[in-house]
Amino acid sequence: MELVVEDLACARGGVAVLEGVSFSLAGGRALVLRGPNGCGKTTLLRTLAGLQPPLAGRVSVAPEAIAYAAHADGLKPTLTVAENLAFWAQVYGGPGIGAALEAMNLGELSGRQAQNLSAGQKRRLGLARLVVAARPVWVLDEPTVSLDAASVALFVAVVRRHLAGGGAALMATHIDLGLKEAEVLELAPYRAQPRQNGAFDEAFA
Amino acid sequence: MLALFLRDLRLAVRAGGGFGLGLAFFLLLVVLVPLGVGPEGAVLAMIAPGILWVGALLACLLSLDRIFALDYEDGSLDLLATAPIPMEGVVTVKALAHWVTTGLPLTLIAPLLGVLLSLPAPAYGWLVLSLALGTPALSVIGTFGAALTVGLRRGGLLLSLLVLPLYVPTLVFGAELVRRGAEGLAVGTPLALLAGITLGAFALLPFASAAAIRINLR
Repeated sequence: MELVVEDLACARGGVAVLEGVSFSLAGGRALVLRGPNGCGKTTLLRTLAGLQPPLAGRVSVAPEAIAYAAHADGLKPTLTVAENLAFWAQVYGGPGIGAALEAMNLGELSGRQAQNLSAGQKRRLGLARLVVAARPVWVLDEPTVSLDAASVALFVAVVRRHLAGGGAALMATHIDLGLKEAEVLELAPYRAQPRQNGAFDEAFA
Repeated sequence: MLALFLRDLRLAVRAGGGFGLGLAFFLLLVVLVPLGVGPEGAVLAMIAPGILWVGALLACLLSLDRIFALDYEDGSLDLLATAPIPMEGVVTVKALAHWVTTGLPLTLIAPLLGVLLSLPAPAYGWLVLSLALGTPALSVIGTFGAALTVGLRRGGLLLSLLVLPLYVPTLVFGAELVRRGAEGLAVGTPLALLAGITLGAFALLPFASAAAIRINLR
């Protein structure tokens, strides 16, 4: 399972933000995306996840092989931790939730309603979904937001286990994860050039 | 898909899920009508089919904006769009769950409320049948409206404006079916048309709803 991206261009709200993005990511490898705010990290990840079509370019892996984790965790406040996770486990038809709860240290919280969790605990539950999804390529948008140092270490251990199992991980993050084997891709050079069409009016074209 | 159906039902009956809201609204509306119109049995019996159908329709409308709005806000809709369920399946399951939590209870309680409006005896069976056949169409059409307005701030009002005109055929044939049943006339035509609208909506609208969601998520 190798993720190859060739000459990809993507747009946000009708405006091109990235163009000419090319990289490849083999199984067992991790790639960290870096770049200033608004440079198109989220847009690139949403394009890879199949949520929006690319303007141009090619992606070798179908969205069906990709597990996507966004800024929002998609938790239901009135369901318990175990119910939230069991739902995704059933949707993906993956393994049971025991290993995922264990991996993100959520075992003691499994009977607690998601609305009573702290921000970091919610994040851990959101990331546990990746384990039950059991898809080969993880595409993660700021996975460590609101996690403390211990939880980041927990998360890195989960990513390492995924990589050891032949999976790949693509992450947009601003902090140093301590994942030394990860390669880094700087996105700033791929920023789309503003079009030289000042008289162009989208509404009346 | 079964998991999604059960999750939606569970969310609806948990605190703040809105289950019973439409039912209570329907009850209040039907109780208010005799207070406004007066207790004259003959007048009430004449307007009962229309009142019951309009009440069911408005009660259904109340909970439409929750179908996708909550999932959109907490990010689940993005995750469902990347999950191994086709979006057409997601919208169909959500419409079904909406029907089970609103249309079905309305259908079951309507005969009791018919008594308050002195609905003629022969009409009760037709009332239940017409609601059972027609309310699924309300849910499916409403899901389409909710899909079009997902992501809009305060989209609820726009949703009502979009959906109410689409409810007209179901309302016309549903109320007509009950009226003809009450008067002992032939009911074949409105029955067939009501069933046809529901089946047609189920066959076509999930594709439109799924396309609308995909575009709104971009």
